[in-house]
Amino acid sequence: MYLYDDLDRALLDDRVAEFRDQVARRISGELTEDEFKPLRLMNGVYLQLHAYMLRVCIPYGTLSSPQLRMLAHVARRYDRGYGHFTTRQNIQFNWIKLDELPDAIADLGKVGVHGMQTSGNCVRNITTDQWAGAAPDEIEDPRIFAEILRQHLTMHPEFSFLPRKFKIALTASAHDRAAIRVHDIGLRMHRNGAGETGFEVVVGGGLGRTPYVGKTINPFLHKRDLLSYVEAILRVYNQFGRRDNIYKARIKILVHELGAEAFGKEVEAEWRQIKDGPLALDAATIADIASRFSYPDYARLADDPTELSQARQTDKRFDTWLGNSVANHKQPGYAIVTLSLKPEGAPPGDATADQMDAIADLADKYSFGEIRVGHEQNLVLPHVAQHDLPALWRALDALGVATPNVGLVSDIIACPGLDYCSLANTRSIPVAQELTRRFRDLSLARDLGRLHINISGCINACGHHHVGHIGLLGVEKNGEEYFQVSIGGRADEKAGLGTLLGPAVPYAEVADVVEDIVAAYLELRERPDEIFLHTVERVGVEPFKERVYATR
Amino acid sequence: MPLVKSGHIVEDRFVRVLDDEPVPDTGSVLVPATRFLADHAEFAHREAPTGVIWPNDRPVAELVPHLDQLALVALVFPTFKDGRAYSQARLLRERHAFRGELRATGDVLRDQFLYLVRSGFDSFEAKKTADAEAFAQVVARYSVFYQPTGDGRLSARRRRLSDAEPGREKSAREVAQ
Ligand code: SF4
Repeated sequence: MYLYDDLDRALLDDRVAEFRDQVARRISGELTEDEFKPLRLMNGVYLQLHAYMLRVCIPYGTLSSPQLRMLAHVARRYDRGYGHFTTRQNIQFNWIKLDELPDAIADLGKVGVHGMQTSGNCVRNITTDQWAGAAPDEIEDPRIFAEILRQHLTMHPEFSFLPRKFKIALTASAHDRAAIRVHDIGLRMHRNGAGETGFEVVVGGGLGRTPYVGKTINPFLHKRDLLSYVEAILRVYNQFGRRDNIYKARIKILVHELGAEAFGKEVEAEWRQIKDGPLALDAATIADIASRFSYPDYARLADDPTELSQARQTDKRFDTWLGNSVANHKQPGYAIVTLSLKPEGAPPGDATADQMDAIADLADKYSFGEIRVGHEQNLVLPHVAQHDLPALWRALDALGVATPNVGLVSDIIACPGLDYCSLANTRSIPVAQELTRRFRDLSLARDLGRLHINISGCINACGHHHVGHIGLLGVEKNGEEYFQVSIGGRADEKAGLGTLLGPAVPYAEVADVVEDIVAAYLELRERPDEIFLHTVERVGVEPFKERVYATR
Repeated sequence: MPLVKSGHIVEDRFVRVLDDEPVPDTGSVLVPATRFLADHAEFAHREAPTGVIWPNDRPVAELVPHLDQLALVALVFPTFKDGRAYSQARLLRERHAFRGELRATGDVLRDQFLYLVRSGFDSFEAKKTADAEAFAQVVARYSVFYQPTGDGRLSARRRRLSDAEPGREKSAREVAQ
């Protein structure tokens, strides 16, 4: 956990006071809704279909137990008793009243949580691997660099009015759990030939109307140059990014129009002028930020304690859960536990206030008070002693967050869609709910293996449908809800966009279509361990297309 | 449109002269970029101060040969959402060492003031009188700044490092480059 010091706190307090003043000016009528809009957006407040929505930033997906309890409090006190975790490692509250917003934000501020820069044309929450600091294949803790970037880009005077929103993601593992290639800037930490650590810099990735996988403009950037290089990218973008058309304003369009190489040269030229200035990161600065992180005081434990093997033998359900939701930790005797927020029939990513409180208590008891939010809209307890797993599982099971479907067909990513969002063409949550019912049979789900379904209610692609193994995009046809179906997308280190299967299908049929695709896969796969994605890669989309459209 | 300078509302001593208007012999004038670039030799001979209105889609590098003869550069915010002039301002101040008046014009509202100051602006054509009157209070609202810019405020990073090592850059002004 990064621990706020007096400076971090002072800035947040000032921000809370400023927002209170802005809301008061809106309520008194001094500010019109038009004038208030950019101010509230800077604090994560949107006007949705039914009410104001508050999006709260969870920096790089890390929460402490007091912070999670405060989110529970806000859900209970100011909202309808639940919150929605998003694909950007944030949480949204959908029913907050304007006059209570300043109090809600002040309460969150007490534990160092806020909604700053969760909307508007600025640099958004820096995201990273939800297993950061715990993953065995990690080079260094990416959160230290995420925090360095967070600070530098918080209220950055030059980059708060960019052409469009700007998203940065980092990973420090060989396996990319942060989807860095579909971000405006993706940073992949790796080692060069000399054994130094640095970053591959990828720019211009992104989904939405014009999806692109990002291009590498620098294969190895030394750590000391991280801030100056990001500053150079943002400066080039701020000056030359398109502002004439909102749909062409993201950096991906600039990178595409200039060409990655020419864009990289612009960045390089700008960077040469600033790289030795005050943004150069010396070892002392990196060490200073690193020293502000608290790390678990692990006990010396051995892997696979007897409690664990006994429980696995005696309880089949526990064993199934363990195989699905528990991952290896870098520390012997510990494990990383994923909490599924995708139980059968529920909206993906929702958690009630009571669940949040209970999870915070479990984090205190079993995970050094730490909780993570992943972009798959699940929660993670990152540091659990393996001998505690049986007890933890019983508690999670009782809470309804131990469905062993992590990474499987019913672990669906979905945007809020027409139930909340004013931009939506279609509902997406009910589609996800229906699919979790169709695939409630967990042994079938396990047999299917890794299969990611992503649903977006419109082309803005908040549900990342382009990179779903199966992607569903809500479109409108003659006033009716339809879905375009694509397959074969992926968001990991081999990121690629899915291929459209054919004409859009009506809302009422979309779950049938997904079932058809899954049935086709079962027939087409060569071996049980050939996952869906690999079958699509091997046979192409044609056989799936035939199956889906033969009878339609 | 009230002009704010040094934290106060002041009289604007610059007179705007359009492309086709004659330039008066005396008094401070503010002229469009195209006019200035076309006639810069003549402006160089004027005794009174000259300022230029520089659009936000033209590289400030073009101004660099003339900065010595300019008392004022006015940068433009066609809407508050268009933030190109922040980069221009920082480049003028921090890279090209422009020390004259740097003015924010256009859609300049209260909630931009601090960002403008931090980017190097020192005068502001506020759109609303109420905003201009609140200027001093608004820019004093924050006491912590994470990033070093050319405005001389110590960044949080420098404050932390000097706390950790007393004496080290204790009073350093962070002027970029
Ligand atoms: S994808 Fe569209 S419908 Fe879904 S949340 Fe985003 S904007 Fe709204």
